Amino acid sequence: MAKQYEFPSKGLPYLLVMPQMVIVFLFFFWPSAQAIWQSFFLQDPFGGRVIFVGFENYTKLFSDPDYWASFRVSVLFALAITFSSMAISLFLAIQTNKKIRFDSFYKTMMIWPYAVATMVAGVLWLFMFNPNVGVIAWFLKYKLGIEWNHLLKADQAFWLLTLAASWKQISYNFVFFLAGLQSVPLPLVEAAAIDGAGPVKRFWKIIFPMLSPTTFYLLVMNLVYGFFETFPIVHQVTAGGPGKATQVLVYKVWRDGVINLDLGGSSAQSVILMIMVIALTVVQFRFIERKVTY
Amino acid sequence: MIEQRKSARAFPHIVLWLSILIILFPIYFVFVASTRTNADILSAPMPIYPGSHLIENYGRALSEGAKNLGASALTMMKNSFIMAMGIAVGKIIVSLLAAFAIVFFNFPGRKFCFWAIFITLMLPVEVRIMPTYKVISDLGMLNSYAGLILPMIVSATAVFLFRQFFMSVPREIAEASQIDGATSMQFFRSILVPMTRTPIAAMFVIQFIYGWNQYLWPLLITTKQEYYTLLIGINRMLSGADVLIEWQIVMATVLLALIPPVIVVIVMQKQFIAGMTDTEK
Repeated sequence: MAKQYEFPSKGLPYLLVMPQMVIVFLFFFWPSAQAIWQSFFLQDPFGGRVIFVGFENYTKLFSDPDYWASFRVSVLFALAITFSSMAISLFLAIQTNKKIRFDSFYKTMMIWPYAVATMVAGVLWLFMFNPNVGVIAWFLKYKLGIEWNHLLKADQAFWLLTLAASWKQISYNFVFFLAGLQSVPLPLVEAAAIDGAGPVKRFWKIIFPMLSPTTFYLLVMNLVYGFFETFPIVHQVTAGGPGKATQVLVYKVWRDGVINLDLGGSSAQSVILMIMVIALTVVQFRFIERKVTY
Repeated sequence: MIEQRKSARAFPHIVLWLSILIILFPIYFVFVASTRTNADILSAPMPIYPGSHLIENYGRALSEGAKNLGASALTMMKNSFIMAMGIAVGKIIVSLLAAFAIVFFNFPGRKFCFWAIFITLMLPVEVRIMPTYKVISDLGMLNSYAGLILPMIVSATAVFLFRQFFMSVPREIAEASQIDGATSMQFFRSILVPMTRTPIAAMFVIQFIYGWNQYLWPLLITTKQEYYTLLIGINRMLSGADVLIEWQIVMATVLLALIPPVIVVIVMQKQFIAGMTDTEK
């Protein structure tokens, strides 16, 4: 590659990156380093005394059944959201991509929930399922004989959270699946149809394999969403309850840090979460690199 | 479309209409609730048609808010708006400058800056809330707009989008502007930024929505009513016993929180989709 033209200047580029670098250091590196540092200490929330305890915060976490329960429910929650929202959006994207009339109207109607805050999505469905005033809760109770109370029943709480979180996430997946489907060359699909492949076979043999980069990307992004971005829904809808049944990892970090003032334990959890996100990012980039070298 | 049978042609329409109804279902009932009295809502099941209290409920929500809150939706909308605009505009400016430096200049430490920014890409605030809270509190930024905005403009998505775009700009343009006697900042202002308006618009939509919908961060650092954003207000109004909740006011506020970002997405749909699918390439 020929050498690219670059502006000759000594001081200016530093001035230009300065704002970004200051923000990154102040609000990213410094807090992250603090989290790592504090995870090795035990802090007295009232006295301000700090004792170095090595890996004790971590070993305490790993021997705490609450932490494992939280881990388990986070994984289940992330998987439930990922699977349901991806399956539904792929199905809807396929329907929208059939060159039908009004497809741009349908597209808009599928996309707008992206703009709804995760927390607001929680409130919408909370209002539907509120045991006292919710219309769906009422319907379930008086028409189907199902007593709905997600404040008492752990499985109901879990499904309500999954419903609200997926409802919001469908639009995100829809955008990517539709873009992916639109890039599948139509002649290829038509040729298969002429050769006698039915719609189901065409989908699994041609379209789905060509969508695999999109699907993989969405898989990672949905897991990240399910793991790390569902705090608002959990906080608003169940507050981790009933008991600790829906206390996902991000909710536990917040609770242990802000409510229980256990800074060491909360920091150790932060560090573990960071490692998890970094691992997911690495997987993501490995994959993208491979795609690029094709 | 390949299948030509009538039933096959009707199928997607039926499926899509059904899902639109399901998607809209909670919105409709929230709207109905916001036009009713609290007694109507509490008399479960709630009526399924809108009532006549629309103006009264929205008027009260906007001017004073629910009784247990002490903040009006108008104030909260202002805060949400300042936060969203601050994050969107702040991030775009900071990122444009950083991307310009990284792409168009060669300076010692360029690689380092690039990686330092790059690494922030995926670590959400959720995983380092306590220490970030401490930084803001040490800087005296609790209950302030700066505190609400600054930590949220860390992530590198915008830097990356702009960097990618800048790399596709032919360098001859930069060289020619130099020969014509323009400084690098003049090139940036009058040539590069105008060329970048499509990615800037895309970034604006995404960041405005991101900012408007922030929850955990304002929840942590706003304790005074005058800095509540809409989402925090809704949370506070709902955090009492069920019978004390003024559902009609809460639901009016929910719609007020929901409508602005939805309008932004619908109006700027094209830029929004382009922005989303481009940042990920």
